Amino acid sequence: MIERTVPTAANDRVEHERQRGDPVLELDEVWRSFGPELAVEEFSLSVYEGELLTLLGPSGCGKTTTLRLLAGLDRPDGGTIRVDDETVAGPERFVAPDDRDVGLVFQSFALFPHLTVGENVAFGIDDWPADERDERVAELLELVGLSEYRTSAPDDLSGGQRQRVALARSLAPEPDVLLLDEPFSNLDVSLRTEMREEVRNIIKETGVTAVSVTHDQEEALSISDRVAVIHDGSVEQVGRPEVVFEQPESRFVAEFLGQAGFVSGELASEAVETDLGTLPADVVEGLGPEYDGATIDVMVRPDDLVATPAAEGPGDGNGEIVHREYTGPSFVYQVRLDGGDVVYCEHNHADNLELDQRVRVDLQVDHPLAWFPAE
Amino acid sequence: MSGRERVGSVLDRIAGDGDVAVDTGYAALAMGLVLALVLPLGWLLFDAATLGSRVVELTLDSKTLAVLGRSIGLVTVVTGGSILVGVPLAVLTVQASIPFRRFWTVLIALPLAVPSYLGAFAAISAFGPSGPLSDALAPLGITVPTVEGFLGASVVLTLYTYPYVFLTTRASLLSLDASLVEAARTLNCGRLEAFRRVTLPQILPGVAAGALLVALYALADFGTPNFMNLEVFTQFIYSRHNAHMQGYAALLSIQLLAVTAVILAAESRISADDSGAYASRGNRGAAELDLGAWRYPAMAMPALVALLALVLPIGIFTMWFLRGGPGYEFAQLSFSWSYGWNSVYVSMAAAAVSVLVALPIALRSATKGSRLSSLAARVPYVGYATPGIVLAIALVSFSLDVVPAFYKTLPLLVFAYVVRFMPQAIGSVRTSTMQVDRRLIEAARTLGRSRMEAFRSVTLPLIAPGIVTGAALVFLTSMKELPATLLLRPLGFDTLVTFIWRAEEAGMYGQAAIPAFVLVLVSGLSMAVLLAQEDN
Repeated sequence: MIERTVPTAANDRVEHERQRGDPVLELDEVWRSFGPELAVEEFSLSVYEGELLTLLGPSGCGKTTTLRLLAGLDRPDGGTIRVDDETVAGPERFVAPDDRDVGLVFQSFALFPHLTVGENVAFGIDDWPADERDERVAELLELVGLSEYRTSAPDDLSGGQRQRVALARSLAPEPDVLLLDEPFSNLDVSLRTEMREEVRNIIKETGVTAVSVTHDQEEALSISDRVAVIHDGSVEQVGRPEVVFEQPESRFVAEFLGQAGFVSGELASEAVETDLGTLPADVVEGLGPEYDGATIDVMVRPDDLVATPAAEGPGDGNGEIVHREYTGPSFVYQVRLDGGDVVYCEHNHADNLELDQRVRVDLQVDHPLAWFPAE
Repeated sequence: MSGRERVGSVLDRIAGDGDVAVDTGYAALAMGLVLALVLPLGWLLFDAATLGSRVVELTLDSKTLAVLGRSIGLVTVVTGGSILVGVPLAVLTVQASIPFRRFWTVLIALPLAVPSYLGAFAAISAFGPSGPLSDALAPLGITVPTVEGFLGASVVLTLYTYPYVFLTTRASLLSLDASLVEAARTLNCGRLEAFRRVTLPQILPGVAAGALLVALYALADFGTPNFMNLEVFTQFIYSRHNAHMQGYAALLSIQLLAVTAVILAAESRISADDSGAYASRGNRGAAELDLGAWRYPAMAMPALVALLALVLPIGIFTMWFLRGGPGYEFAQLSFSWSYGWNSVYVSMAAAAVSVLVALPIALRSATKGSRLSSLAARVPYVGYATPGIVLAIALVSFSLDVVPAFYKTLPLLVFAYVVRFMPQAIGSVRTSTMQVDRRLIEAARTLGRSRMEAFRSVTLPLIAPGIVTGAALVFLTSMKELPATLLLRPLGFDTLVTFIWRAEEAGMYGQAAIPAFVLVLVSGLSMAVLLAQEDN
């Protein structure tokens, strides 16, 4: 059995950069159970000044519970949560949500229907002097581009506008940490991409440290500085989006972040013999001669592979198309290789290959590939 | 196509599939309803007009103004008291971690179905001036405050009307989006501040709707002020009527109707404001307030209210029942089960007639939105909102002057019950009709059934539970109705309710124990029917 201890170079660099600042938010071995069900388990994570970190995981993985623990809406059963070096939840201590400098943007936005847009934004800063408060509200409404809606009712706003009001409202008291619970799930699909960009820009402009929660990997990869993939109540991997995507540390992360195929092979003299041919060991991330003789699975993403029609007759080609999916801009072909491994190939929409057609699949990569010990 | 079929289809075309005939019949029914209400109530104007120039004089009379002031005072105090009792109870049972929550919810909603005069009767019989319980406790050095007059009426009415506020507030709290409160908490609000700034504004329309129902009840209640000897509109109208001052009684009735109309107008405005507002939908269930060890003492509040409104009266009736030996029996005033039978068969008649009239109205208003049908569905609610004593006075003088053959007869009594309580039947039949999928009827038609056959074989079985519920509600409320029964019953005809009334007047409280028990049972059944209806 091979132990996997292969921190990637890219990840090293990022971790190093981040750790120069002090963490604004720290979770240390946090537990939370509901009855016999463990929702959050040994959850440890540090979030650094000014970064936007996304907790990504399938529904029911405990990410929303984690967010509620951070906001103080729920109390952990064990472990410690620190905001700005102050313990807000621990064995002997629990700080109520109103006494924490933590803002939360709700999935449903939760705008107060009985108040105007301006009053909603001013809600958390009503203890400020009137003129400062008015100024702050004006400043935030300008930031989110809704200055002319100050006296409107939430009822009169569109979904995207409501989200921007919710964002402004949470930012008004200048929280140390801003939390966003599935921020885009209540928006039309057509609006999501636009709002992702906009929300990220607003957060970056204010410089606030933010933690977002989502089950949408595309959203997580596109808006985050770092992504923490959550599985069964604990952190499976944390890192920059491209690192988590290209160098997953577990099969769960690999498969959750996008389509992934695996080709198995035995390592011999600095090369791996696979159905795709012989891969030199330097194509595979962090593989050295010390692993000789081991059987491994190399991960290949759909964009790493190209399939070309094989000539008629047996012996040519190395696989057969067993399924094809048309997504508009591209085709994704599922190919069963002769050795039995199944891989995905993504092609331009003009490259039309037929089902059951025999093809030759070739690797076309300019980055190292991740691998896992064979199952 | 055979000759006969051809004739049939031509007839169908002429009759517009029967719509014309149905419309005519329906219009006649609608007109009949309007007349049945307008004529007697209009007769009040006629009666009052006999006062001639004294109308102004009597209206500005210090006695009349005092009655108006006292009525408004009573309504204000009872409404305020109901809010103070009903809102905390609703918050406690919806949002706090109080043990036995379901039990308390049902228990504190229960006084809604108990007519307040039963509570007033229990209170006055035990704690009234020189009441036996006060007398019995006096040697022990315990002085019970005398329950009568304005204070007595306010306390008793509050104890039996707060459930309106409790139920409407509860509904608002249950529909409140819990994430709004959580949002306030993350925006630096403590629990109390979040309640004040977020929860309260959200539930205010619900509280107000309940409060207006309380105000209507307190204004129209007849039994409690009479037992407590408080001169408000209902009591004063009755005493003027007994003093054969028909014109004055009619004038006061019109004034009472006017005040009722003001409250109703306020109510319709509130329910109109409520519609179409942006509602945040992020509900993850009601926000739970963890009371910790306080959850046991917190049960004291619902327990105290239930003790005063339910346990105490039942205890007092039990006391009378046990003490009601030979010393309490008088030849003229001994309870007979025939009174119970009288109550039952008049109320059954009222239920049957109500359902028959309600059925076409409800069916029509549930399926078609024509102006005629909405008028016919709304007119009956005027009778529902009219205070019982006003309707009784109007029917007495209308029958005397116009149709003397009906004066103080059972048909007139049943008519009064129908006018007052039919809307309950319309409501439940209408609700069940709206739940019937129209496509089922269309399916029956395409399978060869005529309109009538489709109605009989599809609609009727499906709405039967609604009809039964409606009939049960009319029956049970008619059993409990006091002023109309008192004024319109034939001479010598006593029901459970009028017997309690006579026992109270004579001070023969012991005799009233059994009818009071029966009415408590009837109240419990009313509540069970209401709850079953809510569950459907």
